[in-house]
Amino acid sequence: MSATVESGKYVGRRMRRKEDPPLITGRGNYTDDMVLPGMLYATIVRSPEAHARITKIDTSAALARPGIHAVLTADDLDLAAGIPMAWVPPGVEIKTPEHWPLAKGEVKHVGQAVAAVFGENKYAVVDAAEDVYVEYEPLPVVVDPEEALKEGSALVHEQFGTNMTHQWGLGSEDMDVAWEEADVVLERRIVNHRVHGAPIEPRACIAEYRAGYLTLWTTTQIPHLVRSFLAGSMQMSEDRIRVVAPDVGGGFGVKLNHYPEEAIAVAASRRLGRPIKWTETRSEHMATTIHGRDQIDYVKMGLKRDGTITGIHINVIADLGAYYLLLTPFIPSFTSFVAGGCYKIPRVRTDITGVFTNKFPTDATRGAGRPEATHLLEVMIEQAAHEIGVAPVDIRRKNFIPKEDFPAEVAVGVIYDSGDYHGTLDKLLSKLDLEELERERAQLRERGIYRGIGYSTYMEICGLAPSRVVGPHGVGIQSGFWESAVVRVHPSGSVTVFTGTSPHGQGLDTSMAQIAADRLGTSPDVVEVIHGDTNTGPYGMGTYGSRSLSVGGEAVAKAAMKVQDKAKRLVAHLLEAAPEDIEVADGKFSVRGSPDKGMTLAEISGAAYIPENVPDGMEPGLEETTFYDPGNFVFPFGAHACIVDVDGETGKVDVVRYVAVDDCGTAINPLLIEGQVHGGITHGIGQALYERIHYDEEGQLVTGTFVDYALPSAADLPSYETDRTETPSPVNSLGVKGVGEAGTIASSPAVVNAVIDALRPLGVGFMNMPLSPMRVWEAIQAAGAASHNGGEPA
Amino acid sequence: MARVSVSVEVNGTHYEREVEPRLLLVHFLRDELGLTGTHVGCDTSNCGACTVHLDGDAVKSCTVLAVQADGSKVTTIEGLGSIDNLHPVQEAFWEHHGLQCGYCTPGMIMAAADLLERNSDPSEHEVREALAGNLCRCTGYHNIVKAVLAAAKTGRAGEAKPAEAPGEPTVPAVGVGA
Repeated sequence: MSATVESGKYVGRRMRRKEDPPLITGRGNYTDDMVLPGMLYATIVRSPEAHARITKIDTSAALARPGIHAVLTADDLDLAAGIPMAWVPPGVEIKTPEHWPLAKGEVKHVGQAVAAVFGENKYAVVDAAEDVYVEYEPLPVVVDPEEALKEGSALVHEQFGTNMTHQWGLGSEDMDVAWEEADVVLERRIVNHRVHGAPIEPRACIAEYRAGYLTLWTTTQIPHLVRSFLAGSMQMSEDRIRVVAPDVGGGFGVKLNHYPEEAIAVAASRRLGRPIKWTETRSEHMATTIHGRDQIDYVKMGLKRDGTITGIHINVIADLGAYYLLLTPFIPSFTSFVAGGCYKIPRVRTDITGVFTNKFPTDATRGAGRPEATHLLEVMIEQAAHEIGVAPVDIRRKNFIPKEDFPAEVAVGVIYDSGDYHGTLDKLLSKLDLEELERERAQLRERGIYRGIGYSTYMEICGLAPSRVVGPHGVGIQSGFWESAVVRVHPSGSVTVFTGTSPHGQGLDTSMAQIAADRLGTSPDVVEVIHGDTNTGPYGMGTYGSRSLSVGGEAVAKAAMKVQDKAKRLVAHLLEAAPEDIEVADGKFSVRGSPDKGMTLAEISGAAYIPENVPDGMEPGLEETTFYDPGNFVFPFGAHACIVDVDGETGKVDVVRYVAVDDCGTAINPLLIEGQVHGGITHGIGQALYERIHYDEEGQLVTGTFVDYALPSAADLPSYETDRTETPSPVNSLGVKGVGEAGTIASSPAVVNAVIDALRPLGVGFMNMPLSPMRVWEAIQAAGAASHNGGEPA
Repeated sequence: MARVSVSVEVNGTHYEREVEPRLLLVHFLRDELGLTGTHVGCDTSNCGACTVHLDGDAVKSCTVLAVQADGSKVTTIEGLGSIDNLHPVQEAFWEHHGLQCGYCTPGMIMAAADLLERNSDPSEHEVREALAGNLCRCTGYHNIVKAVLAAAKTGRAGEAKPAEAPGEPTVPAVGVGA
């Protein structure tokens, strides 16, 4: 742990982005924009069945079409390994099915790849795919995870004799004490339904195998990891493989994977001797790019009459789909790490049961397990507040971990780095006029509009990750989670930073340039940040889990400080001063007390590359490398409030105001932080109100396009009111936490709590997402019928 | 498949091509002309990433056949403004952080520019309604709406550069062309 450095000249400023000029003028370079000489187009023949035996594949008619070069099936792909899954938790058995890029003998979800067609024209390959004749013998289908766990259910994988994938738990062993100590024990079944990350750029890749060397351009968040996977499956040495993530049009976790189509493209390029391009349609994306969430959470909370929480237990049923992708079975475990939220709860436990169903796999989607935890906890806390008759804000204050407790070890064994939960809530409340809200509520009621307010005081865990905690002998992910950086000062004084992160919209070209510039006494204008190409910088772990600034940015800071240190020693040598007397100020390395005596970075680097200038024992050049493994996670937090209007006649919910106060530690670039928060909030509102991946009983995907899978549009949303507090993290020298997922983690419970608050006068006391007009209307009708019959409200 | 000839002016340049009658305008622009700034984000005309101007009106170029553009003038993001001479909407998107991954951005900018052609002084509500056919997953639309309102103000003032946003000093990145 090191002290936080003060904000410098550029760190902390609202700098507009270095990456924008090409993107606003149509000069970006996304994977599908590229064309290689001799390139063939690929399209995939996919299963229309959710579960079936493949009894025959006839490719002859497709192959007979003009311009078609090949139709490949599973046996044609020369791959030594299937699709990887990286979680091997010590002491826990996980039933792990083989997962090959093209189906071998059986299909287990709609959209599973069965064959791949390669040809000269992208329309022609789609025509030819229609002519690939596949005969299926349907098998029994199971889509409901609770049905799937019952004795006698149809089995997704016959060989396991069960659909249960694994069981995993974390937290207190003596939950009975929590219930004994409680005056009230509350139970709810909280459904966190299946959603899609749905970046606007679908996946795409171009594979080129040429004379023993392989290049893959792909829409990925993890180019270095994809290269390692290809080295295994293609049985090639990593030095002969180059993986490039060009401009990537959004990720949200769905591009944190190694997908079947990448493996198909590289194997086909080697076999056919031609570059292969594959680009996903949106319909394919919705069906065969990872889904997220899909937990049924049985939550039990114990409370004393004064609002003190005595314990919480969560029984998670996690629907994992039919196969595993990179982290599929691990993601629900993330829920357990933050199950206690920002509250001092003596006993917290999560027990997870994973389930196979005939659906596409789930995996990390913006927040990955933490939105589920925050949602159930923040909904539960407002349920509890109502139950014992205290204000939703007061019950939170009663249980907050106080500022002076940090670093705070919580019941699940995690140590929260820093926090000021009262601070963000106070600031939030100062922006709300609750008396005015009550007046508006009464006025609107006369028009049949029900106004409600809901809160979410969240905290989350990010900055993946301290490798000893998460790695093979910790949680069991077969990897490290450090990050690399190279800072290279060129002879002219301009700077190239190589980062192992792989940003795709986060603005790291700008924020990392700000970090490096401050430490090198130069301007971000002459600092270029390079990422996403395994042939440039050192091995890196990529961008996900709100890690890129707190791990990748810290690596840049450390490498830049090494450069600064060397530059100081060189300046001291050249100016005949002591290294400890050299300071970086006003764009110069100056001798303390003699500000006119100094050298600019360009002068220093110009000297550094000419060995006669360099003292004995110092290497020439000005470049340093860092591999940084964090000592702990970082723990952002904040307080959000959502105000909704619900139309009592139609059930339609309008978000009329959304106010957020977030704390992600020290701000590097507030403009970028706000952007991340806006997008994150919208993602959570989308899940709460509009979005749902829905399979019917036959395992057919019902919401497979943007017509049925309703991403929120500009017309559905208000502008947001955002603010921040800054509680630096002691984990890294920058003091930063993460912010990419925070808004999503925070927002869904604020929306749901607001709708429930709005509808309490009608007798509605609880609802699960998504709060579509139909579901809200039904809840209003059911509550009305119950009260009419003298029964209990819903 | 029989080919038909298409004659079209794109960003001020005249092109003649023989194409399949089923070829979509977006694929014509991207694959025949190499204008890859226009993107494809869906297959149901929901996302608007492919928005271009056809004879002065915003259209989703995935919903227009190339042959339907025969004899027309098309403007794509590449023709709207250059880095040395940005359109006020482009400038405002940069200034107000109206983009993150950049994938929806060309379509979003073309739709916004079309709105401002028709309505030089839109309300926030009008901006939001006008952009309802363009999906963004990164920004939550907040800064997009802010940028479009700022561009409208700039356009009305008839200035080449946008007004300073009060209370939010921004340091321009020199980088490319600032």
